[in-house]
Amino acid sequence: MSAHLTYEESKKRVLFGLYLLAGVTLVEVFISLLAKGHLIPGLEHYKAILYIAGLVIGVLSAYKAYFIVYEFMHMRYEVKGLALTILLPMALLIWAVIAFFQEGNSWKNRRELIKQKNEAPARQGHLEQDGQRGTYVI
Amino acid sequence: MATTENVMDPHVEAHGHDGAADWTGGSEPFRVSYGKLMMWYFLVSDAFTFAGFLIAYGALRFSSPSWPVPDFVFSTAPFGIHHAPLIFVTVMSFLLIISSVTMVRGVQEGHRENKGGALFWVLMTAVGGLGFLGCQAWEWTNLIKTENMSVTRNPFGSFTADGVYLDMEGKPSKEAFHAGSSYLIHRHEAGHGAATAHEGGHAYKPGDHPGYMMDADGFVHRKFQYTSGPYAGQVQVESFGPKAFGALFFFITGFHGFHVFTGVLLLLILAVNIASGLYVERKNGYEMVEKIGLYWHFVDLVWVFVFLVFYLL
Repeated sequence: MSAHLTYEESKKRVLFGLYLLAGVTLVEVFISLLAKGHLIPGLEHYKAILYIAGLVIGVLSAYKAYFIVYEFMHMRYEVKGLALTILLPMALLIWAVIAFFQEGNSWKNRRELIKQKNEAPARQGHLEQDGQRGTYVI
Repeated sequence: MATTENVMDPHVEAHGHDGAADWTGGSEPFRVSYGKLMMWYFLVSDAFTFAGFLIAYGALRFSSPSWPVPDFVFSTAPFGIHHAPLIFVTVMSFLLIISSVTMVRGVQEGHRENKGGALFWVLMTAVGGLGFLGCQAWEWTNLIKTENMSVTRNPFGSFTADGVYLDMEGKPSKEAFHAGSSYLIHRHEAGHGAATAHEGGHAYKPGDHPGYMMDADGFVHRKFQYTSGPYAGQVQVESFGPKAFGALFFFITGFHGFHVFTGVLLLLILAVNIASGLYVERKNGYEMVEKIGLYWHFVDLVWVFVFLVFYLL
């Protein structure tokens, strides 16, 4: 499939692929441990660092996925149509996974909000029966 | 119109004289063989299944009020290694990456019709896969036997606010913790001493005590007090963490491990076929090695995302 590379060049490319994937994995683990406060104590309290680390790690994983699909699975050398029929569903799946992480977070926030409002003291009523003029104000 | 006398070259697009598409057949869509195309589409369908699992994980994890911190749960390794967060799982990732690389070498040797080379690299890939399965088996055994995690029980929990543990008399001790840190509920035999070195040699008895509570299954739930947040000052008991953690972990890594196992079986069958000279006769550049290679790289790809979602985030 890699018709324009010689045998020696192909072997070198594969070795390069090994170092690239291993290196990116190490960087990901390093960033994850850093953001959780294992390498520099105290970092885990900053939510911003956690989000940025998560984003960077996600991008690096996407890059690893691209490399594996394009180089190891030879997608680079396939017909464009084939590539699209495979990559479009995969891209939508990745979007779905990320979207549902956000969805779960939203459920938690709404649940906390409901709990908060349930525990808050009742507010002054605005209807006539509460002794007010009867204008309905939220 | 279509005629039956057209000589079909499978690798050329089929068109009639007037430019219209020719439906007499014999040409390959996307210029790939049937087997390779179907392997790609099987992988897409498998990706949907794994995505379904990961979506369930993501939605459940991020909607839970608390969730065990991965680098606390996964910090052990064989040969008695403790407090090595994520190291063993990184080793497992390397094993799969190396096996993917050996697979690519196998495909390359297959294209050169090098029977011995293709056989060697395919067997190396199977070895990598078996290594990964061995590591996963160790991880599961450790979690199930030593740390008592199961599909319905999760002994890893997290604190939602800062606080201190109570000592054996029920008074607040110096042992403090922060919000978000995790704990592990240990299981002890009633009346026996500590099962592990970091318990400090206490003899635990069943029932409710000032410093801990031991339930009917022998789990010792230590007592503590939050020093901040809405429950500050109240005595609390370590409770089991979200049940979903165990179920999700074992199902998703189990499903992936099942794929690795199937891949190893396929690789061994492939090796036998290569050795028997079957692909020499087919004269297709050992395309079967490529097709199994696609499956194997997919397994590696799924692990990249499982590793990301379970351990790194």
